[in-house]
Amino acid sequence: MLREMKAKSAQNAFKLEEEEIKRLKEISRDLRVWIIRMLAEAGSGHPGGSLSAIDILTVLYFHTLRHRPQEPQWPLRDRFILSKGHGVPALYACLAKAGYFPMEDLLTLRKVSSILQGHPVAETVPGIEASTGSLGQGLSIAQGFALASKMDGTHYRVFSMIGDGETQEGQIWETAMSAAKWQLENLIVFLDYNKGQIDGPVKEIMDLEPLASKWTSFNWDVQEIDGHDIAQILNAIDRTRGIPGKPHLIIAHTIKGKGVSFMEHKIEWHGKAPTKEERDAAIREIEDTPI
Amino acid sequence: MAHKATRSSFGEAIVKLGEKDPQIVVLDADLGKSTMTGDFAKKFPERYFEFGIAEQNMISTASGLALAGKIPFATSFACFLVGRYENIRMSVAYSRANVKLVGTHAGVGIGEDGYSQMGTEDIALLRSLPDFVILQPADDRETQAAVQWASLYKGPVYLRFTRQKVHDVHDDHYQFKFGKGDILKSASSKDGHKAKVAIFTTGGVVYNSLKAAEELDKEGIDSSVINIHTIKPLDKDLVLELARAHKQIVSIEDHSIIGGLGSAIAEIVAEAGISTKLLRLGVKEFGYSGSPEDLYEKFGFSIPKIKQSILSFITTESK
Repeated sequence: MLREMKAKSAQNAFKLEEEEIKRLKEISRDLRVWIIRMLAEAGSGHPGGSLSAIDILTVLYFHTLRHRPQEPQWPLRDRFILSKGHGVPALYACLAKAGYFPMEDLLTLRKVSSILQGHPVAETVPGIEASTGSLGQGLSIAQGFALASKMDGTHYRVFSMIGDGETQEGQIWETAMSAAKWQLENLIVFLDYNKGQIDGPVKEIMDLEPLASKWTSFNWDVQEIDGHDIAQILNAIDRTRGIPGKPHLIIAHTIKGKGVSFMEHKIEWHGKAPTKEERDAAIREIEDTPI
Repeated sequence: MAHKATRSSFGEAIVKLGEKDPQIVVLDADLGKSTMTGDFAKKFPERYFEFGIAEQNMISTASGLALAGKIPFATSFACFLVGRYENIRMSVAYSRANVKLVGTHAGVGIGEDGYSQMGTEDIALLRSLPDFVILQPADDRETQAAVQWASLYKGPVYLRFTRQKVHDVHDDHYQFKFGKGDILKSASSKDGHKAKVAIFTTGGVVYNSLKAAEELDKEGIDSSVINIHTIKPLDKDLVLELARAHKQIVSIEDHSIIGGLGSAIAEIVAEAGISTKLLRLGVKEFGYSGSPEDLYEKFGFSIPKIKQSILSFITTESK
């Protein structure tokens, strides 16, 4: 009897997880469409790194983060710092969908009177914690939040996302050293490893490999996942709870431009907006792709 | 007469403030022995963060701490802080983070270590950032007051301190007034007669400027001396008032003559259409090694050199 109940409960949990994954996939599909729409409307911006990041951001904003979109300054909220600031269309889409500001505002991205600047700005946009866009700095800012959280005993967690190209910045490694020194187990960092940067493939521009062992040797807890697999993202975040005394790095292998076949793996889509025709084709493809 | 480096006054002030306000934290990049944060570190180890030699990490982390509600004082030599200008620009200024940057070892007055350790362009760089407050106190009392003011003010502040000891120019009654020029000596000319020269000065050279002005008195040169502790926002009204009331203006600062106090005065005076001539005394070349006294002589900041420069300026202009 007990065994049956256990089996049934496990089955239910599995089913619940399946449903949750499906829900998150639907959200990220919707947000992909918004990313394309807003970039086409803006006429400039970074689709490649927004689409590579969106599945992770979806999990954070619609599953993991403790936050109150109606009360953006809630002191106990978990923090998210987008260190790779150029991926901000993905973040704006999440914030709008979560209710920080109206979805229609997304279409004002990069326009002169819009709050939605080309890169994140603290204070002016509800839900944006820090100004970023100069690579290497956001991770240190996240570290500052994590230190404050530990000092105050508030136990909020601090999430951050850095880019792979960004990892070439020396400041990233300064923070890699210091976050381990201060044993910031409340700091969880995703590395969006989409393998491309403006001037070409990361491997050719300035290879990061061996990447995981670099971070391990800096005393971080390191995991490697498929950054588009919702279940893997969820599991990786769950797993960080059980590892005390170390900051966490989740190397997320992703695809630049993920979800739009003509953008995928293409460096030229790092910082180029789709035309109207490209926008329509991209949205059609995203919407037609089964979940 | 007390004789103390303003960095030492800062070290004392921050401990006192730390006792009152638990949100105050101090950050260091392996220069705590020089930025005088040792007492704070001993007293409040849980509020003291040693970054090692990694200033950009320190500055950006200060931003995160501030955005999370702390009041971080991030300290290093002035030149090493502004060497990470872009971190100050992005992580601090543009994030509107309540960070206090403490730059010690201002100017050529540091002496023997030479140019690589001298902050000689820091004011110029930070003055260009919107809403960034720049304070440079002249003595112990003013430093204590300025540090306290900075801890209560919400927003980015740059505090500039000397390595070398400085003489007091204030007594016990001194009241620090943010944004206001501090008149140390008023010219005696009255009834619409223009006085000879208004001397605007700041930081480590204030005492010598005042003494030089007293020497000029003996030569019959009527002068005013204004200590500018708040370089940004500058006391525009006072600058204009004194530029109109004096025949000449002089600025004296241990900083590049480009972008510092002299430049700020020139901007205000020129924009107002006032034709009073301005002499800027400051650093015009790379600094170098030597005793602080020898360097002040060499760079024109000794009492006789200041006096001489002003005398020849006035004479030339009067011809």
